[in-house]
Order: sequence, then C-alpha cells, then structure tokens
Amino acid sequence: MSILINIIYLLSISLFIFGLKFLSSPRTARKGNILSMLAMFIAVMVTLLDRQIIDFVYIIAGILIGGLIGTIAAKKVQMTAMPQMVAVFNAFGGIASALVVIAQYLRYPNQVDLNNAVTIPITLFIGMLTFTGSMMAFAKLQELMRGAPITFSGQKTLNFMLHLAILVLIVLFILDPGTNRMQLLLLILFLAGLVGITLVLPIGGADMPVVVALLNSYSGLAAAASGFVIHNYILIVSGAIVGASGLILTNLMCKAMNRSLMNVLFAAVGQESDAVATAGKKSVTRYTPVDAAMILENAQSVIIVPGYGLAVAQAQYALQDMVELLQKNGTTVLYAIHPVAGRMPGHMNVLLAEANVPYDLLKDMEEINDEFQTTDVVLVAGANDVINPAAREKGNPLSGMPILQVDQAQSIIIIKRSLSPGFAGVDNELFYDQKTMMVFGDAKEMLLKIGTNLKKE
Amino acid sequence: MTGTIIVSIYIFVLAIFAGFELITRVPPLLHTPLMSGANAISGITVVGALIIAGAGDSNLSTILGFLAIVFATINVVGGFLVTDRMLEMFKKEGQKK
Repeated sequence: MSILINIIYLLSISLFIFGLKFLSSPRTARKGNILSMLAMFIAVMVTLLDRQIIDFVYIIAGILIGGLIGTIAAKKVQMTAMPQMVAVFNAFGGIASALVVIAQYLRYPNQVDLNNAVTIPITLFIGMLTFTGSMMAFAKLQELMRGAPITFSGQKTLNFMLHLAILVLIVLFILDPGTNRMQLLLLILFLAGLVGITLVLPIGGADMPVVVALLNSYSGLAAAASGFVIHNYILIVSGAIVGASGLILTNLMCKAMNRSLMNVLFAAVGQESDAVATAGKKSVTRYTPVDAAMILENAQSVIIVPGYGLAVAQAQYALQDMVELLQKNGTTVLYAIHPVAGRMPGHMNVLLAEANVPYDLLKDMEEINDEFQTTDVVLVAGANDVINPAAREKGNPLSGMPILQVDQAQSIIIIKRSLSPGFAGVDNELFYDQKTMMVFGDAKEMLLKIGTNLKKE
Repeated sequence: MTGTIIVSIYIFVLAIFAGFELITRVPPLLHTPLMSGANAISGITVVGALIIAGAGDSNLSTILGFLAIVFATINVVGGFLVTDRMLEMFKKEGQKK
C-alpha cells in the first residue's frame, strides 16, 4: 500500500470526523453530511489508484448497479419506513464485509498468518450475523412476519450452543494447517447466520429501536474487522466510529425504556399474552372534538405529545394545520418528543419535520419535562406508555421508565381509539384522571375535526 | 507483522474513543439522520471490495468482490442520499415556506 494512498485516506478520515461534528447542530448537519460524502468519494477515487487493480469492468459495473439501487431506494422510501431502510442497509454493510473477507481468503489461501487466522473468522461471524439479524429485523418492521416475539423452549440453550460452536470453529480455524479451512469458514458462516436469526426472533416490535441501533453498531464493527484482515486503516477507523455511534444509541434507547440490553435481547417483552386490559370499571371524561377545540382556543400554552400511532395514521399533517391555527391565535405550542416515540432513535422528529414542523419547537424529554407544570393544555395523540404515571410506581413492567410528566399540566386532552393499554400492557391511570378529557376516535379524523372547529372563529 | 496488528488495535481503540466523543454531541433531534449517515460511512468496506474485484486473481474472488461492491455501494449511496433528504426537511421557525 503506497504512502500517498494512506495519506489521502487520512484526509478522508478527517473529513468524516468533521462531517460527524457538524451533525451536532441542525443548522450545520446538512453540510456535515455533504462533507462525509466528499470523504467517501475521495477514499474511493484514491483506492482506484492502487496498483493491484488491473481490471475496472467489475468495479464500474458494481458501482453503477449499487449506485442506481441506492439512489432509487433513497428517493422512494417513506419516512415512516426509515427503520426498515436502515435495517436493510445494515444488512448490506454486514454482508459486504463478510464477502470481502472470504474473497481475500480465496486470493491468498496459503498465506494466512496468525493475524488473519484470527481476524478472518471473526469478521465473517460479525458480518454474517449482522446480515441475517438485520434481514430479520427488516422482515418484522416491514410486517412480512409477526412483529411479536417468537420464542420456543431451549432458545437460550440453543443460542449458547451456537456461540460455543462458533468459538470452537474459530479455534480450529486458527490451528488448522490449511487443509480444512474453507469448510470451517463455511460452517462459521452458516452458524453465524443462525445466530443472527435467533438474536432477533424473540424481540418484540416495541424493542426494535434497540435492535436496529445495535445492528447499526455491528455493521460498523464488521467493517472495522475487515480492515484488520486487509490491513486498511480507513476501514478500521470508520468502522470503529460507526460501531461507537451504534453503541451510544443502543444505550440511550435502553435507558429510555428502563431496560438493560440483556433484558431487551432475552426477555421477549411484549408477547400478546402480556396485554390484558383491566379497563372498564373506572369512569372517564368523554369530550367531542368541538369541546376539545374550545379548550385549545382558550389556552395560552399547549404542549403536544405525539406518538407513533399518529405517524402511522399520517396525521402529522392534520396536526400541523391545527397547530398553525392555534399559533395565529397567539398560543405558544411546543412538541414533547420521548426518545422512544418512533420506531428508531429520533424517528418522530423526522416525521414531524417532514410535516413542516420547525425543529426549534421539537423538544426532547429532558428539555420539556419541567414545562408541563406551567402549561395550560397538553394534547396527547397516539402516545400511551411514555406518559403512563405507573412508571413512577414499583412492581409493573413500566416501573422506572423515564416518562413525559404530562400529568402535571393543568388539563390534558388525549386522542385515542380506546382505553386499551400500550405495548407494556399496563393500564394508564391518566385516562381516568379528573383533568383528562378523552377524545375517542382515529387520530387524523379527530385532529381534522378539531381543526375545522377552530377555523370557525 | 505483530507490529502492524498492534498499531491497528491502537488505531481501532482510539477511533472508538473519538467516536464516543463525537456522537454524544449529536442531539436526539438528529438521531435518525445520524444512524443513516453512520450507516453510509460503514459502507467504507467498498474500498476493500474495489481492490479485490479489480485484482483479477480468480473468478470466484472477483465475483465475490463484485457482489461486495454492489452491496456496499447501495449502502453508501442510499445512506448518504436519504440522510440528505431528511436533513433538508429540518428547518427553523420562519424558514418554512
């Protein structure tokens, strides 16, 4: 590897770092992404100078095909489908790293030194598990298969045995004199694929944000690992940064749900049998959209708590139309975004930004929790577990989960189809609170009705 | 050879620290674009794939390298473009049409 190429790689790495630094503010974020693109472009161009490359046919064909598919996917994807898209891209990153490493082995099957004897099987393991795990996550998110956790007896034992078997195979690979290595690699590949599947099978829909973030981390680590195999520093650095990024997000998501990673991966929370409604005994205050409009008109300050149900109903546009009318009326409106409001970290912000909500009105949980006390009306649409005061009590699945302090506001309007509990299966006391007005119905329809009633003024 | 692997490990660990510092500064507001952008960066594997597909060593390794280029390029191009599409939607109050 020539020195020139490595120096230019260093330039690329620096640009990646600046690109990510610019992501710390929404004002500079777009510039940052463009810097990262530039970094990638430079890295690819300078690699083509490598003297090992003698044939450009497959390279050009590969880039054209991949570029075309990538462009179409990026232009067509719905913002609600971002988690699926990221899952698929994670899968592709993982399989690409695995393919690179197998191909590298095939090029020099007789020149595997100790370093490579260790790193080749490990990279294959991470890459393949990222691939199948991400494809499973995609299938669940896209609802190609049941989103609920799928469990069977002996699942943990199977998982343990798979990992043990892979460990043994890796050791065998390292010790092998070179006669059975290809067979060992194929076995590792197969078992790693199974690990990916069994990793995601028992994970429920509500926990998907954690898994997508974790697999994001793995796809970075797979790239870094393949960098160890082909002695390429830009792969190591970029992969490590992505790995770190995914880990941070995984950790944040776990904290927001008050769960440990182990609990998310193995506890299979959210099975259908968990969700038993105990509603029906207590009385609720039932309001029509006309009443709700009147309450909102008289409010000085309103906080809106959007949940994923809102986005599923594509109601964020109706919501924004309604909010604009309130703002013309002189009402201050803010949005309270819980970290797990969407289907992936930060998802709800993107969905609202798409509906033209200015980003300075989007407040995360820590920013807004103190404001509820001084707010006249909180309007909740499509959120449930993240506002459930039961989280402050002990002895239920929500205990200890950080929630939006909605119950501290003067009055609360909740738009919901029924009184059924959320993913966690815990009844929400807030529905029966005296200061809560329940507006029963489809979120979009109800928001439109509230909007038209505001317009009459 | 042990020298290179040690250097690689140093670089890897330091890059993880740098990554932690950089990413903790990204506000929750931008976590989705962060993920898709980081995703595109992990497509850097394309660099390794290019050399393998272009070296013309054996048919099998060339084909595997070609497939790796296709997958990694989808990751890179799709990831960056969709991130740009999202970031374009983030506007401050008053900046909206």
